[in-house]
Amino acid sequence: MLFEQILFFVAAIGVLAGALGVVLLRNPFYSVLSLIGHLVSLAILFLLLRSEFLAAAQIVVYAGAIMVLYLFVTAYVGGAAPTSWRGGEAGAVGQLGVIMAGALFVVISLAVLGSSLDALDTRGAELEPGFGSPGEIGQLLLKKFLIPFEAASFLLLVAAVCAVVLARRRRGLEEGGV
Amino acid sequence: MDVVWFVVLSALIFAIGAAGVMTRRSPLVILLCTELMLNACNLALLAFARMHGSGDGQIFALIVMVVAACEVVIGLGLIVAIYRKRMAIDVDKLSELRG
Repeated sequence: MLFEQILFFVAAIGVLAGALGVVLLRNPFYSVLSLIGHLVSLAILFLLLRSEFLAAAQIVVYAGAIMVLYLFVTAYVGGAAPTSWRGGEAGAVGQLGVIMAGALFVVISLAVLGSSLDALDTRGAELEPGFGSPGEIGQLLLKKFLIPFEAASFLLLVAAVCAVVLARRRRGLEEGGV
Repeated sequence: MDVVWFVVLSALIFAIGAAGVMTRRSPLVILLCTELMLNACNLALLAFARMHGSGDGQIFALIVMVVAACEVVIGLGLIVAIYRKRMAIDVDKLSELRG
């Protein structure tokens, strides 16, 4: 199990470094690139949790498709996006935000560690073969969770239509405006 | 690895994402930070799915990824629309809806 622990800590460091990079890097373009590193490291953690299909989907859908969308918009908007923090470098809002986030971490950790779930300190239940494989996910999606699956597809359709409506060129929007 | 390690790591990622949402000014980076928070939730969901040995949590995580994709599309569409209107892409200046 030593290899598993080493892999966990390497991936955890990658995940945390990516997350901190997203928040701390000044250039939004570098933030997006940092998030890609974060997502790839997270996929390794998903593999450690025996979720092969989710790990593959994470790489293909997230780190591939969605991040390319981000990179396009970041390149399009470019220098118009501000790079600094709210209320200046050492503003009260920024310091308060960091304190609130630290408090949030403490509260969540206390809630989890104090939940007296016995299984938290184990490696989890015994798994039947095929756990997390594409076959099992497909069986679950099309049998047990058919309605959420269809709702998700409808949600994606609505989102695509909304994006077209939001981003299309409209007369009177460019010139004049508010 | 024990499940608790994954859950605490996901809490840490969630807190980092929340800090980003509260402190950064660019809506692009705020969207990225909400992605961080959604990913933290996914990690916790998969850890608990592993703990119970059932695949239901993985379906939940898949649906969360779908919702994240929709959120990205709408958010980026809004940012492009704001940019087209020549307004400042800055959450401190986009305060007309503030109550």
